[in-house]
Amino acid sequence: MRHWKCLFVVIAILLMGDLGESLGAAGQREVILATTTSTQDSGLLDLLIPLFEKKTGYFVKTIAVGSGQAIAMGRRGEADILLVHSPAAEEHFVKNGFGINRRLVMHNDFVIVGPPEDPAKIKGLKSVAEVFKRIAAEGKLFLSRGDNSGTHVKEKELWKAAGINPEKKRWYQETGLGMGETLNVAAEKKGYTLTDRGTYLALRKNLRLVLLSERDERLMNIYHVIEVNPAKWPKVNALGAKAFADFIVSQEIQEVIRHFGKEKYGEALFYPDAGKKVEELGK
Amino acid sequence: MELLIDGFLKAFGLLFSMDREVFSITLLSLYVSGLATFISLVLGITFGTLLALTEFRGRNFLVSLINTGMGLPPVVVGLFITIFLWRNGLLGFMHLLYTPTAMIVAQAIIATPIVMGISLAAMQSLPQKLRFQILSLGATRFQMFWLLVREAKLSLLAAVMAGFGGVISEVGASIMVGGNIKGYTRVLTTATVLETSKGNFDIAIALSIILLFLVYLINLVLTLIQQRERPR
Amino acid sequence: MDLLVAEGIKVVRGGKVVVEVEKFVVRSGETVALIGPNGSGKTTLLMTLATLLKPVEGKISFKGELLHGFSQALHYRRQLACVFQEPLLLDTTVFHNIALGLKIRGMPGGEIKNRVENYADLFNITPLLHRRARKLSSGEAQRVSLARAFVLEPEILFLDEPFANLDAPSREVLIDDLACILKKKKVAALFATHDRSEAVRFADRMAVMTGGKILQIGSCEEVLNHPINEQVASFVGMDTTFWGKVVSVKDGSALIAVSQKLIEIIGYFEVGDIVFCGIRPEQVILSQSPLGKDTSIRNNLPATVVEVSPRGSFYKVTLDCGFPLTSYITTRSLEELSVKVGMSLNASFKATAVHVMKHGRP
Repeated sequence: MRHWKCLFVVIAILLMGDLGESLGAAGQREVILATTTSTQDSGLLDLLIPLFEKKTGYFVKTIAVGSGQAIAMGRRGEADILLVHSPAAEEHFVKNGFGINRRLVMHNDFVIVGPPEDPAKIKGLKSVAEVFKRIAAEGKLFLSRGDNSGTHVKEKELWKAAGINPEKKRWYQETGLGMGETLNVAAEKKGYTLTDRGTYLALRKNLRLVLLSERDERLMNIYHVIEVNPAKWPKVNALGAKAFADFIVSQEIQEVIRHFGKEKYGEALFYPDAGKKVEELGK
Repeated sequence: MELLIDGFLKAFGLLFSMDREVFSITLLSLYVSGLATFISLVLGITFGTLLALTEFRGRNFLVSLINTGMGLPPVVVGLFITIFLWRNGLLGFMHLLYTPTAMIVAQAIIATPIVMGISLAAMQSLPQKLRFQILSLGATRFQMFWLLVREAKLSLLAAVMAGFGGVISEVGASIMVGGNIKGYTRVLTTATVLETSKGNFDIAIALSIILLFLVYLINLVLTLIQQRERPR
Repeated sequence: MDLLVAEGIKVVRGGKVVVEVEKFVVRSGETVALIGPNGSGKTTLLMTLATLLKPVEGKISFKGELLHGFSQALHYRRQLACVFQEPLLLDTTVFHNIALGLKIRGMPGGEIKNRVENYADLFNITPLLHRRARKLSSGEAQRVSLARAFVLEPEILFLDEPFANLDAPSREVLIDDLACILKKKKVAALFATHDRSEAVRFADRMAVMTGGKILQIGSCEEVLNHPINEQVASFVGMDTTFWGKVVSVKDGSALIAVSQKLIEIIGYFEVGDIVFCGIRPEQVILSQSPLGKDTSIRNNLPATVVEVSPRGSFYKVTLDCGFPLTSYITTRSLEELSVKVGMSLNASFKATAVHVMKHGRP
């Protein structure tokens, strides 16, 4: 049965192309960055990653999933560095020893959008809490991402702060979808939803949704970069992770972040905050 | 309606401008799914034929496994492969997670039972005594294998088309084991999912059209080969 | 010389023993017919002798060399050829089908072309050479199958009921052609069939098989006229069988009592012996009145016609003369004697026509 051997040789040769690359890298040249879909969708990483790769020679594998999954990846040691925006979960993560050098990177904010008709009449209300209370009281349609993403977690906090439990109410619907898709559903169904400003700006020309509430300090979406603790998971690329973290908080890159989006949308999508304290933000 | 038209226009625009990213995504789709189909073809036809021609204890059990495998949900395959390929997983030392190789392996695992199951059925539907007739002509086992495969060519080509169709359109496992990394493991299907979730429906439609066109082209070629061999 | 020798062959399928043959020999140049009813194991035995099936026990030798192991069996298979009931042609042209065995053996193209054309001519299928095999009639397809076998110029040929699927006219023509070619080419052949008349056309020797076992092997004359037991007798068409008791003997002949009738038979017996006999229907003569003492026919029995059934070119008449008796007569005789059910006739047969299968003391 000589042809069996031929077969294996053929497949082996073809796979060798990739295999060699991966094995040769032995993980040292690669950095696995776990981040969120909204971060990736904003396009910021498409700009920053090539800069980093060119500068340092590392090959970054950006895995964009929900916040929950990103942090879970860090907990399992399957990522080298996290760029997420879920403060409560992050603190938990670091407290349990899975993450080190948690550093503030930037923030963007959430806004509440809805149909131009604004059936619950929330425009002009001062605080988010009031907005949520009004929507609940009027029983008007609200779309939630329902996927444990950073956005979803923030939304749940806001409901809690407003003293309302929207679960199982017939005006509260969970899409389980990404931000862009959820906005589409909201536009189609003429409902309200919480979104990060970046995604809204990127898609607004195709959506029949308007910005109805913003700037409440509770609506800030704060991004940190966390290196996965090599003491817990020796296989992580600690050097690569640190290099990326240092890179993204560096002055040069912070400047890039400051200007990102101005050209395309007329306003910046993120506010660089490296070096600041969280309490100082938004003031 | 507008959206569809936008999509079509965008698709042509992307194709004719030879947008580099779209080009590389398309090429990667072909490479990954093509190689996976080739592997599944070799493994599937060989083992499907072997199984059709031999008898042994537990053969029926094995056949039922293959038939189950034909309906194996791709995401399940993706999940299990991911777990194996995790750094701290059994095969973590191979550093294959989030690489095109992992995608090829996942797709090959998805396609092989399909090709195997159809090959098995195809070979079993050949006349029983044909194998004996061929052996009586003095054929070696290898020669007999090739002659039977040629006899069942029509059905086997259908098996290949089924296998290819199954993986070129696969997205769940591909995202899980590939990571949908720009310029590295992003293929037409995973890119379409990404653009859709971002809300860029026109780009998503454009990519879908390219994918459909690609699938049609390849199936056209395979169909022509298959029907050319048809007894006229 | 002994070309193929098989000993102690035992084949098991699905837990049951389907073939059990102590010894089987095919000599070079001879044709052996293997006859038996459907399910008797003929095909299984044939395929086992061609090493297409593996026996659980037994040895096969070809040209004196014992065959064991796959490569030896392969070498042997390249000296034989098989033709089955179904033509089993590949989905390609007739030419390529015939050439298949030669290609397998790695013969060069030019030589293949010559040989294929010669044998296609031998089987009268030259005009079909470039047709697709799937488009042939069953008669044409079977000719292709035969050509495919003969083109290999094998030492031994295995044929498994090759004419069973053909219509009568095709069969007639093909049988004639094959008989002729077999004689010319002097190739040894083992021929399985359930049709006695086919066997008689081709065979030098005949083997009767039932239930996986060979009951009798011998020349055609031997098997047809001298079957060893009732089973073989019924299969070779010796329809009349009966028991009798010897009542008197006279050097070399004896009189036996069968259902109160007396019958003269040949052989050395003792008074009181019990014998089991058979008579071939071709040897029973019917007449209006008993045949006279001026003939050499010793046995005349009055009989009543019980059944008349057509058998193609002749009729089978079943009579009752105290015991059931079967006779074959031509259509003309049937008409001339106006044979009808219920009428009385005289049935005659020679003493030598009575074949004694068993005899013993009670």
